[in-house]
Amino acid sequence: MTSAIRTIDLHKTYSSAAGDVHAVNGITLEVQEGEFFGLLGPNGAGKSTAIGMLTTRIIPTKGEAYVGGIDVVKHPAQAKRQLGVVTQTNTLDRSLTVAENLEFHGRFFGLSVRESKVLARELLERFQLDDRADSMASDLSGGMAQRLMIARALAHRPYVLFLDEPTSGIDPQSRINLWEMLRDLHKDGQSILLTTHYMEEADELCERVAIIDDGRVLADDSPAELKRAIGADTVITVTFDADASRIVHEVEAAAGVRRVEHDGASLRVFSTAPAGLLGRIVSLGTAAGLQVRDATSMLPSLETVFLTLTGREYRE
Amino acid sequence: MTTTMTVARPTMGSEMSLIARTLIALLARDLRVIRREFGSFIIRLIMQPLLFVFVFAYVLPKIGAGLGGAPSGAAAATGLTFSTILVPGLIAVSVNFQGVQAVALPLVRDFSYSKEIEDRVLAPVPVWVVGLGKILSGALQAIFAAFIVLPIVVSVHAPGQAPQLQPNWLAFVVVLIFASTLMSSLGLLLGTVIDPNKINLLFSVVILPITFLGCVYYPWAALGTIPWLQALVCLNPLVYVSEGLRWALTPQLGHMPVWAVSLALVGGSIVFTLLSLRTFTRRVVT
Repeated sequence: MTSAIRTIDLHKTYSSAAGDVHAVNGITLEVQEGEFFGLLGPNGAGKSTAIGMLTTRIIPTKGEAYVGGIDVVKHPAQAKRQLGVVTQTNTLDRSLTVAENLEFHGRFFGLSVRESKVLARELLERFQLDDRADSMASDLSGGMAQRLMIARALAHRPYVLFLDEPTSGIDPQSRINLWEMLRDLHKDGQSILLTTHYMEEADELCERVAIIDDGRVLADDSPAELKRAIGADTVITVTFDADASRIVHEVEAAAGVRRVEHDGASLRVFSTAPAGLLGRIVSLGTAAGLQVRDATSMLPSLETVFLTLTGREYRE
Repeated sequence: MTTTMTVARPTMGSEMSLIARTLIALLARDLRVIRREFGSFIIRLIMQPLLFVFVFAYVLPKIGAGLGGAPSGAAAATGLTFSTILVPGLIAVSVNFQGVQAVALPLVRDFSYSKEIEDRVLAPVPVWVVGLGKILSGALQAIFAAFIVLPIVVSVHAPGQAPQLQPNWLAFVVVLIFASTLMSSLGLLLGTVIDPNKINLLFSVVILPITFLGCVYYPWAALGTIPWLQALVCLNPLVYVSEGLRWALTPQLGHMPVWAVSLALVGGSIVFTLLSLRTFTRRVVT
């Protein structure tokens, strides 16, 4: 089977007066056909440079990259057939209408005028943009503009859809709509590579996630597996109205508790089996004459994984 | 390699035909945009030459101001009007303006914030094809500009100040084709090397000196009295456009030798096209 994406020891080094900057420092990845893959990392981790190399815009300093089996460095023109790109910023042609954006995209890929018109109509319907067909692209809202960019990126039936930070700077409703749309595309078998610096986005959408930092892959697995392998816990934090030291030992002894951190009136409880635990902690406190002021429960997240891997706080 | 090709490698012929279709689509896109904004496109094109001939070929002769009334050298000797000098000059300015600005300005905007070019450079053709599309589009717009401006600069003048043309239309078209290509490839070059933050300088540092020292308002031969300037302006591409158009429209006025004009226009078109496609590709693929 052809892999959707394959990179071998990919490097990109930028030379500057201050010395060489290794934006991407040896990334080896393989994304399967139909897979929803995420590149997760903080800003400046090398995600955009990596996507730039895969989409023929940046020439690697070293290494190989294939999309749909085509060498993107040696055969960029053919490789461009294989990839659909949704960039972070709006790149729609604002001098054209919504429909024309799709039509001319089709024609840039060699379709005839008639074929591209048919294609545009189909895409407008599929992406629920048909009532805006004749609006100028400059008049679209952020969410709609993004939908049009996705429609355009898929117009030539690319092997892989690349999305670079698709949800940075869009409103929460558009983000939910986008997630739904991407899940549907994935269900239809579309291979997708998404970069994000939002932990929950990678967690929510991706079948497999590569965590990258400083141009290197730190871990590459399913979100669940990443969390399990690192031994991440659910963290329950309970704040009482007075010092909670008197119940620390009882909480530590409760079933499913791995570790308790005590800080004045607050207890932070790490657990691998958190079912019913919050209630248990609250009743232990009540029995000891403590009133609950605040309680939160945080599920194991990729954030905890990142923290464990890099030893430092995740900066978005 | 464990992976296999999923698409057949295109043949040479199909690759060329895809490039041609993409080029046509790029031109069709520009045409669509121009058609939509045709009014402002035309106004942008004719205002400068129209005002220029109005003031210099109508107002000044009417109020008896001497400027242009008594051109030096060959023109004065043969009793030619200033408008005769202006016709090829102002057409040259329009070709320069349309060719350079129509390509350079949108490109600078593209690279700095609009990023509209992103979709085009992802078309399945080599990146230089998109640059070539820009040159062709700019050149066609410049040729169109010349034909719009020609009747205006010929017909606006004070009584008795009509320009005296002895046109060779074939030469006119040939000069226009190369002049337009030269200017639009210069536009692509400028658009790809200029720092977007310094775009405001394009007008004062490039367009203005090129125009005022482009043998637009005076023939090159007349600069014989200022030899250092006559030599210096040979670096200015607009000089060859003006002089080429003088050869085609007002040969009786005298002009730079045809071999020099041809060499500069043809050679310049080729050199600037190759150079600008290179800078364009380097700007897009890093």
